[in-house]
Amino acid sequence: MIGALVVVAVLVACGIGGLIFRRRDGRVRKTDEQQTPLAEYLRGRLGSNATVVQFSSAFCQPCRATRRVLEEVTVMVPGVSHVEIDAEENLELVRALDVRRTPTVLFLGPSGEVHHRASGQPRKVDVIAALGRVMDASGDVSI
Amino acid sequence: MQVGAGPYWVKGRARGWTGLPSFGHMTSPVCTRTHIDPRGPRVGASITSLVLVAAIVLISTPVGVGLVAWQTLVFGLGAVVGLHAQPYGIVYRTLIQPRLARPSVLEDAAGPRFAQAVGFTMLVIALVAEVAGLTLAATIVLALALAAAFLNAAFGLCLGCEMRLVGLRVLSR
Repeated sequence: MIGALVVVAVLVACGIGGLIFRRRDGRVRKTDEQQTPLAEYLRGRLGSNATVVQFSSAFCQPCRATRRVLEEVTVMVPGVSHVEIDAEENLELVRALDVRRTPTVLFLGPSGEVHHRASGQPRKVDVIAALGRVMDASGDVSI
Repeated sequence: MQVGAGPYWVKGRARGWTGLPSFGHMTSPVCTRTHIDPRGPRVGASITSLVLVAAIVLISTPVGVGLVAWQTLVFGLGAVVGLHAQPYGIVYRTLIQPRLARPSVLEDAAGPRFAQAVGFTMLVIALVAEVAGLTLAATIVLALALAAAFLNAAFGLCLGCEMRLVGLRVLSR
């Protein structure tokens, strides 16, 4: 009897938790992080208009799908580069940027400041929109 | 992806066997023992959830103990021997996968294998607790395992994988 109650409680709690997770997963959020170690880390690899940074790990199912989405978009837009960073080998960066999950995607302006971020796999339209806003914000777009 | 370039399906049957165990069913050229169809672990987590529900309801009965012992063996095979030996994975590959379209992306096997190891650890603790008569402790551990399995089955959320980076961040400080 207690066992059945435990089962129902676990399934209800996880059902609610899972729905909340699914709502938040991959959503692109606005942020404003001017001083990060990324500018230094990515020196010479920053795109002239924007850079999309993806933190990945081997223990990550959606990382490959995320890479594909980001590659499709960054190839389309001139002056935008896509950099993938292994989270487990760059724990300093992971801590400095408060990366908690893989994939985490950061949208950087031309001087390496972080404008938007998403944890989980972002949708392609959201990636395009975020890149557009990054390039709007930096104004002087060189295409 | 080229038919004829490697193992491929003909009417659901694997042909052109290359000697790669189990994952030779898949068509993608990157398919190796290190990359798997991501739908396999989801199906496995569904079966695990059902087994754990029964194990919790029937806790401290002979059938309940038997179910926990079975699930421990399943996780042990997946974690120690490899995913190709995991019974639910074998069920998926022989009964379900041949009826589905090819997977659009493959998944690194490291994540699911790590999850199997986490599950194995939990189930060993639950089994020992149950055999020792610590019903409450066994119920709690099995409930946590059910939560993880259910989240994976229903939402594709791998709790063990999510915990790994957070754990590394804390441990390497």
